[in-house]
Amino acid sequence: MTQSLIDSIRDNVIQGRVTKDDEGMEEGMAGKPAVTELVEESLAKKISVQAIISEGLTSGMSTVGEKFEAGEYFIPDMLASAEAVGAAMEMLDPYLAQSGIKPKGKILIATVKGDLHDIGKNIVSILLRGAGYTVKDLGNDIDPQTIIDAVKEENPQFLGLSALLTSTMAHMEDTIRALADNGLRDKVKVIIGGAPVSEEFAQRIGADGYGADGFQAVAVVESFNTTQVVIK
Amino acid sequence: MARQGILVEPYRRINDEQIAQIHRLSMELLADPGIICFNRDAAEVFADGGAEVTTVEGERLPYWILKIPEKVILDAVGMAPKVVKLGARNEDNCLILDGHEPRVRFASGSETNNWLEVDVEAFISKNDPVREVNFPVFRVEKGNTDRLATAAHLCEHLDSWDSFLRPVNIQDDAINDDNKDVNKFFASLNNTTKHVMAGLTQLSQLDNVIRMAQLIAGGEDKFRDNPVISFITSLIKSPLQLVDDTTQKTIEIAKRGVPVVISSAPQGGSTAPILEAGIVAQVNAEILTGIALTQLVNQGAPVLYGSVPGRANMEDLNDSYGVPEFSQYNIDCVQMARHYGLPCYSSGGVSDAKMPGIQSSVERLLSHILLTLAGPQYMHYAFGLMERTTTFCPVQAVLDDAHIGMIKGLAKQPVFTDSTIPEVLEQTRQVMNSSTKLFTRFVRSALRAGEIAPPYQFESRDMADETLFRAQERLNEILSLPPNHIEKEIVEKVFQQIPGLLKKLKNS
Repeated sequence: MTQSLIDSIRDNVIQGRVTKDDEGMEEGMAGKPAVTELVEESLAKKISVQAIISEGLTSGMSTVGEKFEAGEYFIPDMLASAEAVGAAMEMLDPYLAQSGIKPKGKILIATVKGDLHDIGKNIVSILLRGAGYTVKDLGNDIDPQTIIDAVKEENPQFLGLSALLTSTMAHMEDTIRALADNGLRDKVKVIIGGAPVSEEFAQRIGADGYGADGFQAVAVVESFNTTQVVIK
Repeated sequence: MARQGILVEPYRRINDEQIAQIHRLSMELLADPGIICFNRDAAEVFADGGAEVTTVEGERLPYWILKIPEKVILDAVGMAPKVVKLGARNEDNCLILDGHEPRVRFASGSETNNWLEVDVEAFISKNDPVREVNFPVFRVEKGNTDRLATAAHLCEHLDSWDSFLRPVNIQDDAINDDNKDVNKFFASLNNTTKHVMAGLTQLSQLDNVIRMAQLIAGGEDKFRDNPVISFITSLIKSPLQLVDDTTQKTIEIAKRGVPVVISSAPQGGSTAPILEAGIVAQVNAEILTGIALTQLVNQGAPVLYGSVPGRANMEDLNDSYGVPEFSQYNIDCVQMARHYGLPCYSSGGVSDAKMPGIQSSVERLLSHILLTLAGPQYMHYAFGLMERTTTFCPVQAVLDDAHIGMIKGLAKQPVFTDSTIPEVLEQTRQVMNSSTKLFTRFVRSALRAGEIAPPYQFESRDMADETLFRAQERLNEILSLPPNHIEKEIVEKVFQQIPGLLKKLKNS
């Protein structure tokens, strides 16, 4: 029964089904329990959180990655699966400490001041959650002081800043300067992204990393992450 | 099954009153000045059919002036089939052309002497000698049977290429007027299971070609049900003249009941008025004359309304296919054909450019898109034609296939079912309740069903135009696929019974 439930979680991650109402990849899936219902059932049956994460969620996400690489899956499929994993991790969060599992890392993410565009930020958030990170999304049009306050309160390892407009990308530099002014610059790795920014711009404003797209953003975070990784 | 092409909601350039005006003008042209006919049999057929025929003793030979009453034309239009089947070696590839249904199929066309190869060469920058870039270079070769076979093989594997209208003139040393027909049809039929259409070089070869097609289709009856070949005849010399040779061929093809395109290709500004109403009325009169001839010879003979009006280039009076008028004239003709309920063989996708590139893409897309939206049943010229139809480029044909695929996506009809509105509401409500506000989840089923258009097939990755290189790679992939030849025992029969076939074609 335990293995069957974990296998179902993995399969539903591959199908990209968050709740029972989701259709997934194949016909006739709608109405059947999906990741959130299966995780709930697993927790009720006291199935090991470690097993749910590694054999269900991570294993499923790994297959999704392979399918994406092979051209069988597209971005919407990848996002659906990542969303399912993110939803599951949120449910499992209260159980991580008591299970002796150290979180993979916390990321604060925001679209900078003056900019209302958040599609890219939202995609990065989904993918990071799918990769097992805790993501605190501050939203869009966020001024530097609000970000400083959140960094102080949340103590994240990473700060993701997004901008779509050439007129707002300058606020990324303002935010990084504000981090320095508040003695926080060494506490957090700053990763930037968005249509008008570039690797060169990231270096110029003193960011630690640049992600050209959501996948690269996750890869950059992973490359900096020295926290013991529990989800393999 | 038959190839479905794309059903469109047809774009109308001229309104009903303008259609009626063009019809009336065509009828007036047929009444006065009428048609100059250089073929005796046709003159007799029209005289017997109700036309006023006057013999004129020319300097060398006599000719005839045909004054054709509207009734003769309308009776013929009434007799001509409104649905014409173009068969295929693989019957799933046949085309059912319904004159009232704006469903577009795409075919090649012309009969080019030149074959354009694209090679990739590396060039070194003069300013920066360590900088090396790839660039396409072009090589013109002569059309021959091998290249015609290669084009047919390409047709077989390109999804949007619905019918093979021989695009290459075979100029092998061993080819002459007497064996050209059987060899061009065989090289084509042996490399594609789609419908094959071509012109007839020698009337004496008509029965050999038909016999060969019957053998390949499985017998006379099967060929009648599934005509794997058809003919195109340019019996009209614009303005308003019936040529002796091709008119005779048209008569003989019609007698045998094999599908035939009655094609007319006047040039606005030289062999037809530059005015839109003028050239369209003239081409309409010319085609209807040809159609009337086929019906007077053999009532119910399958014919296509073949409109190929072009515009003269004012610098050299050569054809000019990249100009907007080319599309305008052709769209009007599609509407005229639909007015009569006749399946329309139309024209779109040619460029005046000598090689693939920006000019080529812009010019051919103008007519590819507009003519598709007009809804002809059979659009010829659609693949690989360069330099005003004098050159065939296989890499361009690969590009055209991709572009037509995109145009078919563009022309798809909107879908509004009973469930559409509730589905949209439900999706939007779910998304607005989510933190990410993304609709991506709901794209997935449409993506799997192939309802979401893919990105450009030959997209460049870096700051260099790699389109041609990628199309060339795709071409090479296709050319490496095994050919879909006719069964060996049928090939043996064909070679035993049909004279003039080149031995080298037996296995190629």
